[in-house]
Amino acid sequence: MPDLIEDDPRIIEFDVRTDEMLVNMGPQHPSTHGVLRLVLRTDGEIVSETEPHIGYLHRCAEKIGENLTPRQWIPYTDRLDYLAAMNMNLGWALTVEKLMRHEVGEKARHLRVLIAELNRISSHLVGMGAYGLDLGTFSPFLYAFRERERILDLFEEACGARLTYSYITVGGATADLPPGWLQRCEAFLDQFEPIIKEYHALLTTNAIFVKRTAGIGVLSRAMAIDYGCSGPVLRGSGVDQDLRRDGESLYTGMYDGYAFEVAVQKEGRYPRDHSYPTVPSEAVLGDCWHRFFVRMLEVVQSMDLVRQAIDRYAACPEPLPEPLKLFEKLPVGDAYLETEAPKGQMGFYVVGNGTSIPWRVRARSSSFSNLSVTHELCRGCLIADVPAIVGSLDIVMGEIDR
Amino acid sequence: MVEFLIGLGLPGWVAWSIAALVAAVLLLNVIAGGALVFIWAERKIAARIQDRLGPTRTGGRFGWLQSLADGIKLLAKEDLMPEGADGLLFRLAPYVSFCASFCAFIALPFAFDVVGQRLNVGVFFVVAVLGLEVFGVILAGYASASKWSLFGAMREAAQVVSYEVPLGMCVVVPVMLAGSMDLVTIGEKQAGWMSSWYLFHDPFTFIIFSVYVTCAVASVNRAPFDLAEAESELVAGFHTEYSGLRWSFFFMAEYGSMFLVSGLAAVLFLGGWNGPVPVAQLLGFSDGTGESAAYVVRLMGLANFMGKATLGVLFMMWIRWTLPRLRIDQVMTTCLKYCTPIAAVMFAGAMFWQLFLPGGLFPGWGRPAGEIREGWLEGPGGLPAAASPAEDRSSTLTGGEPVERAGLATRSPR
Repeated sequence: MPDLIEDDPRIIEFDVRTDEMLVNMGPQHPSTHGVLRLVLRTDGEIVSETEPHIGYLHRCAEKIGENLTPRQWIPYTDRLDYLAAMNMNLGWALTVEKLMRHEVGEKARHLRVLIAELNRISSHLVGMGAYGLDLGTFSPFLYAFRERERILDLFEEACGARLTYSYITVGGATADLPPGWLQRCEAFLDQFEPIIKEYHALLTTNAIFVKRTAGIGVLSRAMAIDYGCSGPVLRGSGVDQDLRRDGESLYTGMYDGYAFEVAVQKEGRYPRDHSYPTVPSEAVLGDCWHRFFVRMLEVVQSMDLVRQAIDRYAACPEPLPEPLKLFEKLPVGDAYLETEAPKGQMGFYVVGNGTSIPWRVRARSSSFSNLSVTHELCRGCLIADVPAIVGSLDIVMGEIDR
Repeated sequence: MVEFLIGLGLPGWVAWSIAALVAAVLLLNVIAGGALVFIWAERKIAARIQDRLGPTRTGGRFGWLQSLADGIKLLAKEDLMPEGADGLLFRLAPYVSFCASFCAFIALPFAFDVVGQRLNVGVFFVVAVLGLEVFGVILAGYASASKWSLFGAMREAAQVVSYEVPLGMCVVVPVMLAGSMDLVTIGEKQAGWMSSWYLFHDPFTFIIFSVYVTCAVASVNRAPFDLAEAESELVAGFHTEYSGLRWSFFFMAEYGSMFLVSGLAAVLFLGGWNGPVPVAQLLGFSDGTGESAAYVVRLMGLANFMGKATLGVLFMMWIRWTLPRLRIDQVMTTCLKYCTPIAAVMFAGAMFWQLFLPGGLFPGWGRPAGEIREGWLEGPGGLPAAASPAEDRSSTLTGGEPVERAGLATRSPR
């Protein structure tokens, strides 16, 4: 990192140099997505250095996991990425099942795909809406929440909760879907599909939005890999990697028979981009616009997967298996499994010692690695770009601090 | 009113002071009442745009008392000042902002001669005084002892000072067309059918009106140019440290300025108090229908003007709830690279148009009503002619009957 901002060639064009100022952005700042604190070293409007400070939301979740049984820890996984609690439940449940060599039936498998992809949509909706908010437009945020409410209503019907579901659990799910749920879910998808055009009109193709995001915070392919970025942040940089396709067989087996294309730009074009706005000429691969666009594409991809899962789930005649007992004994050994959560790769590690309480629990969150690129991306940008860049990484502090 | 008070035996200066006070109180109510209505309207409109309901309960249906309830809440708040703040400047700043916004209203005509004080440099006065508002913001940012406030103040200073340039150029065009800086005269020159509005005078004025709209939105700090209080970047910008009544003064200044630039747009480009159709003429108010007719016409003019200015405010609300915010360098680029050159070219174009095609492309078409307004004013039942220069300064709002004739007399016959 250069000592003086004069050393940075990127900011030479702003020729007026004045005294530097240290500014605290957060932890109570409106656009740091929770309790992130960024210390900015600024020269006027130009940010020469950004340093993220984390830990304001630390709750010792992993240590608590070493004093509870795996099923008792499920509610704590809800609070990791609280916007995608189903995916967190799923990641932990799969890891414990891997340790126990337990296999859930076909029906539970399709139910899990259905629920996880639905939650991916709702998580990306929040990411999209909040990103609009970071750029100073309020309405898309509420439009996104309007659709998210419908998903939350569906989840509420299924498990009784709207944010912290604890629905997917070790050995299946806590309850089967209520009657008529699949029809309501399909009705929602039919209603939601045409609305995506509105989001594109208000954000993706909006001239001011493109000006604010295209070419800003360019994360190169090499840098994304070096910093261990994952999820839409990685795919926004053009790296073709999605654990649903490239992950461990235990996890990819869940998506066996499902048709989907990874949302990543290959040879200058995105999959299915025929019905989507074209990439603006100012946009560079790896900038905020591409990260945002990958999320928008994944919403459509998840809708496709949900439709497929509905059919398959409905075709399974057998009843949903009962989940494992609350105090099921864990075998001696360890297991680590990474799943593709909406924000990126979510890894869980568990070590069993023959009792029902794991000896070691550890979580590896994607937001932590994704956040670590901020100081690289924000160097030499303007203050207004800092929320734009941090917002495009779509971090959730619950997952970072755990 | 002045004559009436002098008639009661009061000395002249007392009479003038009382008249001025009455006018000031009336204008203050226009701003405060307007702010209440517009804040409520903005909440309802924003809610409708965003698929919400907005306030629904306060004051019965539609939550129409919401802004009053908010006002009471602000009054009841603790008066906080940051520890390191510069006390005097911190307290002074909201009033500087509000006074600038308020003073500019003095020269803004609401209908023919319904104006706080008719000034022969009205346009200049309004633009100049409106520019003073930025001082309040800079003071607030400087005195708050907060870095975010300072950022907001610096942004505001850079932005408003830059946008004054193209705004001034836009404003000069109607002045040039009317041959007067008096807002009342400029409005009066656009009497008649809609086609005589300066917006439709020639293609250049049409384009320069859109430049004016951009600059006006930028100079009153509304989205997408609301950088000084950019919520997602600077918390609340220059008023981060303000709360309670002081904060509400900034708020009222903002809404006052919004209404002011919209009203200025109405007077300069949209015919002011003249409706799209010269109803007064068509109804036969043109000759000898008496003084009461003049008042009816003025009332209609007031409604016209308020309607146009309100539409302007609603337009600003609409774009605020639709567009993302620009970045500071993009705001400056818009001003210096686009608005200023376009305004300059359009100014030159409008000048040459006026020089070579003074009657428009179809001479004699579209401006039939110019003389009519003059006719009913000068008719036998119209208003009495001005008696002396001293009385010329009086206005209808302050009760002065005489009408200043200078603007009308210098008008060239068609």
